[in-house]
Amino acid sequence: MIQPPGQIPWPSHWFAGQNCDDALYRGDVSDGEESTAGPASGAEGAEALIADPVVELDDAVSLIDRFPAVAGLDLTVHKGDIVLLRGPNGAGKSTLLRLCAGLAPLSAGQGSVLGHDLASRVGRRSLRRQAGLLAHQTFLYDELTVEENVLFWARANRIDTASVEPVLDRLALSNRLKRVKVSNLSAGQRRRTSLAVLVVRRPRLWLLDEPHAGLDVNGRDFVDGLVKHAVAFGATVMLASHDFDRAAEIATRTVVIDGGQAYDQAQPQALREDEPNFQPPAEATAANGSTEANGSTEANGNTEVDSGVAPAAESG
Amino acid sequence: MAGKDLRIEFTSRVVTAQILPFGFLILIMFGLAIPPELLVVGDARRSVLEEVAPALFWLAVLLSALMALGRAFAVEAHDGNLDALRMAGIDPAGVFLGKALAVTAELVMVEIVLGLGAFVVFDAPLANPVMLAVTIVLATAGVTLAGTLYAALAAGQRARDTLVPLLVLPVLAPVLLGATLATRDALFDEPGVAGWSWTMLLAVFALLYVGVGTLAFGPLLEET
Repeated sequence: MIQPPGQIPWPSHWFAGQNCDDALYRGDVSDGEESTAGPASGAEGAEALIADPVVELDDAVSLIDRFPAVAGLDLTVHKGDIVLLRGPNGAGKSTLLRLCAGLAPLSAGQGSVLGHDLASRVGRRSLRRQAGLLAHQTFLYDELTVEENVLFWARANRIDTASVEPVLDRLALSNRLKRVKVSNLSAGQRRRTSLAVLVVRRPRLWLLDEPHAGLDVNGRDFVDGLVKHAVAFGATVMLASHDFDRAAEIATRTVVIDGGQAYDQAQPQALREDEPNFQPPAEATAANGSTEANGSTEANGNTEVDSGVAPAAESG
Repeated sequence: MAGKDLRIEFTSRVVTAQILPFGFLILIMFGLAIPPELLVVGDARRSVLEEVAPALFWLAVLLSALMALGRAFAVEAHDGNLDALRMAGIDPAGVFLGKALAVTAELVMVEIVLGLGAFVVFDAPLANPVMLAVTIVLATAGVTLAGTLYAALAAGQRARDTLVPLLVLPVLAPVLLGATLATRDALFDEPGVAGWSWTMLLAVFALLYVGVGTLAFGPLLEET
């Protein structure tokens, strides 16, 4: 059984921030490429070296096969935020997370994540080592065992493999499961293995796409605890989840993604997709007359709608 | 990277259970299709099968290599692993050389078994085993280095299974030519066939693709 967060102290080196000797969080990862993170010394250095805002997108466009999955999106995420992304299927949440991971292209507009310029190939490559993405895909090799997968990705990320065993233990993957091929695992067990890889990587920016999907209650509790502790140790989290009630409990801020654009929402409980009166933000605000839909057409051809909820970039 | 790929092969046994039998089938089908007539070549009399054995062997190797290359990138394309490789920040040149090394190891194993089979099926002589060994190593390196580069190019495409042969086979024509002629010299030791010159061509080809692959694999991985 997965050990519930809170009952057993989290090994500090997992999150390694102020008081821990962890290169990733100190910001002195050397990948031979551009980095805004300079040399660090101790806790104050660690705090100062993590760029703030962590995510800054200005009129960002990301084309997927010519389709603007992210269409003129403005978003600012500050260090320590837990940002819940919500919106209907196909709204652009996953593409936004991939954009922030340096995987999806920034086709137009401006963007920087962890101080790395998304328009620059070098910047994206530097960013990827510091961001962690839990996606719909598992990022696992079916033919390898759980342990072999986590060890491979630890080595690939130049992480000390000594940290693998405690993480497997924490995720209840350390017993007979660790020698089982991933192809023989259930969906939930695969998800836990992907989480183990993510924890071993200790990213500065956690990008979680439906992190609760496929997990049982213990697993979901574990994810929530993981997010809180990662943030407590200096990380920033963006998560997309349809498990709205659960995700809203840990989120410090909710951003509605619709039509590839972002709208800040101060009160996460105000709108719910599963409620009969749920409307996308633009329609909702136009209907209740709280704001004007200015309908101005931007240079990129997208219509920007002032939804009455502050544009994400202007809030924080 | 090479260790991981070989571990995957050890677990899945695709090379031993599928690619190797595939290569054997090709050799046997060639053996059945070619008439057992005798030819007069210079002072020697050889069967048609014996005469074309080097070419058929290398064709069988090339077709087996296509399967091995496709397999090498299928495991990366599966479940977003290429994205995870990008996020890991591994040096792309290391990914390229690691994957090429793993496919080379698999292919050399296939060639040894196929070669032994070819000697039985085609009843071929062996005049110069050293030249044959050098030819096998250099030709295999050329096939896997060039093949890895083009297989990576096709990895992100939906039609990758059909795209890889279209991209790789024309590029490998010099390897097929050089390997066939060098092998021919190693088997028959014919006057006028400069086997070592052809092995030099194979070495140049392999070195060329070490350089091209090391430089191009990063941008390629980025765009895949």
